[in-house]
Amino acid sequence: MLQITCPYCGPRAESEFSCGGEAHIARPLDTDSLTDEQWGDYLFMRKNPKGLHREQWNHVAGCRRWFNAERHTVSYQFTKFYKVGENPDGNTGAGGQS
Amino acid sequence: MSTHRISSLGARINRAKKVAFHFNGRSYAGFEGDTLASALLAAGESVLSHSWKYHRPRGIVTSGIEEPSALVQLESGKDTIPNAKMPEVELYDGLQATAINPWPNALSRALSINRNFSFLFPAGFYYKTFMWPAKAWMFYERFIRKAGGLGASPEVDDTDRYIHQNIHCDVLVAGGGVAGLAAALAAGRSGARVIVSELQNTLGGSAHRLQGTIDGLPASEWVKKAEAELATLPEVKIIKRGVVFGYHDHNFLTIRESLSDHKPLAARKGFRERLWRVRAKQVVLATGAHERPMVFGNNDLPGIMLSSALADYAQLYGVLVGKRIALLTNNDMAYGDALTLKSAGAEVTVIDVRSGHSVVGGLAQKAHDAGVNVLRGYVPVQADGGAVVTSIQVRQQVGDKANGESRSFSVDAVGMSGGWNPAIHLYSHSGGKALWSDALECFKPGAPLPGQFSVGACNATGTLANTLREASHAGAEAATRVGFAASEPRYTVVEPSNEPISPFWIAETGENVSRRAKAFVDWQNDVGAADIELAIREGFESIEHIKRYTALGFGTDQGKLGNINGMALAARAMGKTIPQVGTTTFRPNYVPISFGLFAGLERGELFDPVRKTSPHAQHEAAGCPFEDVGQWKRPWYFPKSGEDMHAAVNREVLAVRNSVGIMDASTLGKIDIQGPDAAKLLNWLYTNPWLKLEVGKARYGLMLDENGMVFDDGVTVRLAEDRFLMTTTTGGAARVLTWMERWVQTEWPDMKVYMTTVTDQWSTFAVVGPKSRKVVEKVCKDIDLSAAAFPFMSYREGTVAGVKARVMRISFSGELSFEINVPSNAGAHVWKALMAAGAEFDITPYGTEAMHVLRGEKGYIIVGQDTDGSMTPHDLGMGGMVSKTKDFLGRRSLSRSHTAGENRKQLVGLLTDDAQCVLPEGAQLTALSQINPPTVAAPVPMIGHVTSSYYSPTLQRSIAMAVVRDGHQKMGQKIYAALADGRHVAATIASPVFYDPEGKHHHD
Repeated sequence: MLQITCPYCGPRAESEFSCGGEAHIARPLDTDSLTDEQWGDYLFMRKNPKGLHREQWNHVAGCRRWFNAERHTVSYQFTKFYKVGENPDGNTGAGGQS
Repeated sequence: MSTHRISSLGARINRAKKVAFHFNGRSYAGFEGDTLASALLAAGESVLSHSWKYHRPRGIVTSGIEEPSALVQLESGKDTIPNAKMPEVELYDGLQATAINPWPNALSRALSINRNFSFLFPAGFYYKTFMWPAKAWMFYERFIRKAGGLGASPEVDDTDRYIHQNIHCDVLVAGGGVAGLAAALAAGRSGARVIVSELQNTLGGSAHRLQGTIDGLPASEWVKKAEAELATLPEVKIIKRGVVFGYHDHNFLTIRESLSDHKPLAARKGFRERLWRVRAKQVVLATGAHERPMVFGNNDLPGIMLSSALADYAQLYGVLVGKRIALLTNNDMAYGDALTLKSAGAEVTVIDVRSGHSVVGGLAQKAHDAGVNVLRGYVPVQADGGAVVTSIQVRQQVGDKANGESRSFSVDAVGMSGGWNPAIHLYSHSGGKALWSDALECFKPGAPLPGQFSVGACNATGTLANTLREASHAGAEAATRVGFAASEPRYTVVEPSNEPISPFWIAETGENVSRRAKAFVDWQNDVGAADIELAIREGFESIEHIKRYTALGFGTDQGKLGNINGMALAARAMGKTIPQVGTTTFRPNYVPISFGLFAGLERGELFDPVRKTSPHAQHEAAGCPFEDVGQWKRPWYFPKSGEDMHAAVNREVLAVRNSVGIMDASTLGKIDIQGPDAAKLLNWLYTNPWLKLEVGKARYGLMLDENGMVFDDGVTVRLAEDRFLMTTTTGGAARVLTWMERWVQTEWPDMKVYMTTVTDQWSTFAVVGPKSRKVVEKVCKDIDLSAAAFPFMSYREGTVAGVKARVMRISFSGELSFEINVPSNAGAHVWKALMAAGAEFDITPYGTEAMHVLRGEKGYIIVGQDTDGSMTPHDLGMGGMVSKTKDFLGRRSLSRSHTAGENRKQLVGLLTDDAQCVLPEGAQLTALSQINPPTVAAPVPMIGHVTSSYYSPTLQRSIAMAVVRDGHQKMGQKIYAALADGRHVAATIASPVFYDPEGKHHHD
């Protein structure tokens, strides 16, 4: 059972959370301008890396807040927990989309 | 094999207290502190069972949880425990045990009959013999299981209770031997919160077998001192009879603490076992090692045990197994055992694989000086005996061949010490990769995971001094890492010099293994060295395949005893090294765990929460059966006396159509949405426009996922400019709320909108039918209910039966309908008031079944029944609900080539030619009117399936909804439902709206 640190509540057991998959996939703003392939990439294509993976988590049986985490997909070790909108690569303030 | 109690040893038993017990129906007595194994050995019982495949006599092999042979069924009925291992069963007054495969007494002095037929049962025997015909397996299986099997499953409910408990600690120490205690002392003295979990009822592990002193004390005395000190440390908790059986991610470990199994049945109170769920900041593994048996002919004869087991039974229980004992070894530990057995009065010969002189000051010298016979440079070839061992034949090792002088010793017990397997199971559970050590001849832990240490024998650390140093360091380092000021204690250790181990897997006599007497690798599954070679000859090269083909390691000991010998023999047969053959990954659980422990208190009524609506008691009183919808209990139908479901549903439907019915719709999901951007959010979620919906009006909406597929629907009401009440399907409520929260939090965090579930807060009753207005009028005086003042798809607030209510004119039946929402605390009261008000109109309560028929007559979809995650609004014939002037979730997908293409399954109605024939839901549809027409090759193409099907009492005929490829283009065409009984039922494709297509009724 993983131990996950909710940025709002602190460390909690995995059973309180649900994983939302890859993070930082912004919804295209003008969907009409996309080809079917581009829209399909947004819908279906995921990185699925062997290594560090940034993913969304929901503290579903807790504060119900969504946040992001960086997890190694082999060792399952978490390296970062951060709120939506925060930039995991620097402390320059405003980051990218979700 | 002559066994007797000796008075000089027996640290765990209390001779003042006798304990009576029964084994295989006979009465015995042991002492307090005995295990079932020690008591039976003391009673002179040597042959305790027969082996499962070859029916060879078997006795006790070990003194611990790795025991493969001595299995019993403990107790009976609700208290029964199958496959208990005798060495782990603590004796209690009145204990009843039966051997799993009892050895027939009449044969106890004879040779095993089947031993001479062993060529009949090679590796893979069952695969080869009982494969065909497939049906016959059902027949064979009964006999195979009976002939060979394990214990019997309990046939009555387990009435014991089990409890779960969560606990956090700084340092968890798995194992309470010398290594574990040293680590616990180093960490505990700093004030860190430490848990020590020891699977036995006593601390110390193998301390009693260690030859050496710590600070001048024998190791077992030092253990008592350490335990006393740990007891004074308030943050240290010691769990005895606590086995760490699983090591999961991020230092989450599970401990089974046995609370009552060691007590007489009548004295058992409270919980049987406790499951500790531990989250540890640091973990110190100090789980020790299991001694390896040696592989030689007839090594399974009763009287042949692990060397350590012979010493354990003598030292701990005062049971000396044998008067003339040979200890076979390739390492130093057996010499310590020899000293113990010698001091207990036995004549002991150590036969050591290693040749030449031992190291100066080593154990071999010490044993020799104490009068133990020592024979070096000889390897075991074959044991002999009847039902018990009587002799052991050994051969001198010359170079790499065992073809020197042959010698035979007359013995009545044999101890084996083929080396030590570190108990790396927990390390392996945690994801660690074990490494083979050539110097130590074992797998040992590789790199530790974060927050983890392995110390002592489980890390293949041999000497007492090194163990204490390593464990003290780990304990202090673990405490330091979590912020305590810890220092490493130093100990003065005096111990014999260590002589390195030498590998021994099987005697290299030059003779083919399959020609020799059976040499066992896995006692429990009767896997011999020849079986492993046979598997390899038959083409199995991966150790994982060899294990499965031979069943090596698949017994209840899970290979703790035999796996390494098996891998070594496989490597030998393939001319590879052991690491080339591979390792085995141990998975939880370390020992067999009862289902009850995992279930804990979550069983019976507590297994899953039950959600009941406010008038549940009224429904029960009305005699209605309930349908489970998620965790909800929903009224299914309300039978009058003598009615079956069909009759009740027909009556309920007609009451709604002709007079008035009432349904408890409280389980419908309800979400309160508030904020300046609430309308904007709905506009994104639903396919139709929401910005301009007037306050007090309701609107039906379809929700799509981003793939364009319908995933929920419902009516949403605008309560205020910035407030909406959304209804969802009963089963979809949680999913829809999560969906909304996710979009708002991750994609549109600037939206000013909040939502919360109010499903449980409001009870919802639909009063439905032409006379519904008359009923509601009687209990609601402050709302003008006239069609002009309160039109269809609008909402009013008022008072119903004295309770503040939200009333909506929406309909899921096609009739005039008032949905009355009241706070749930008043739900039962309002239900009763509505029933009373409707009595003069014969108001009829109806359940989910009638609701389905009513909506089916109207062609209203149920998401999840008429849709399956691949249906767009267009497929459902609801393209009119899709806005062309705004964006919404899923919209872009509706124009993808596949979604917008032809040949999609579309929702239609079906009218069977035979109006009384109700199609089964799920029936496959074809354009062909008969089975296997000669012009069409099988399989017959299916073009759709039935999604909903009912008998309509209103229309006096069968109706169905179905999805059919390009169904919207096929109106009026014939289609055929291919039924399981071979019939092809003809039907005509029609609109799914069978009743009141103009929608006059609900507008009244």
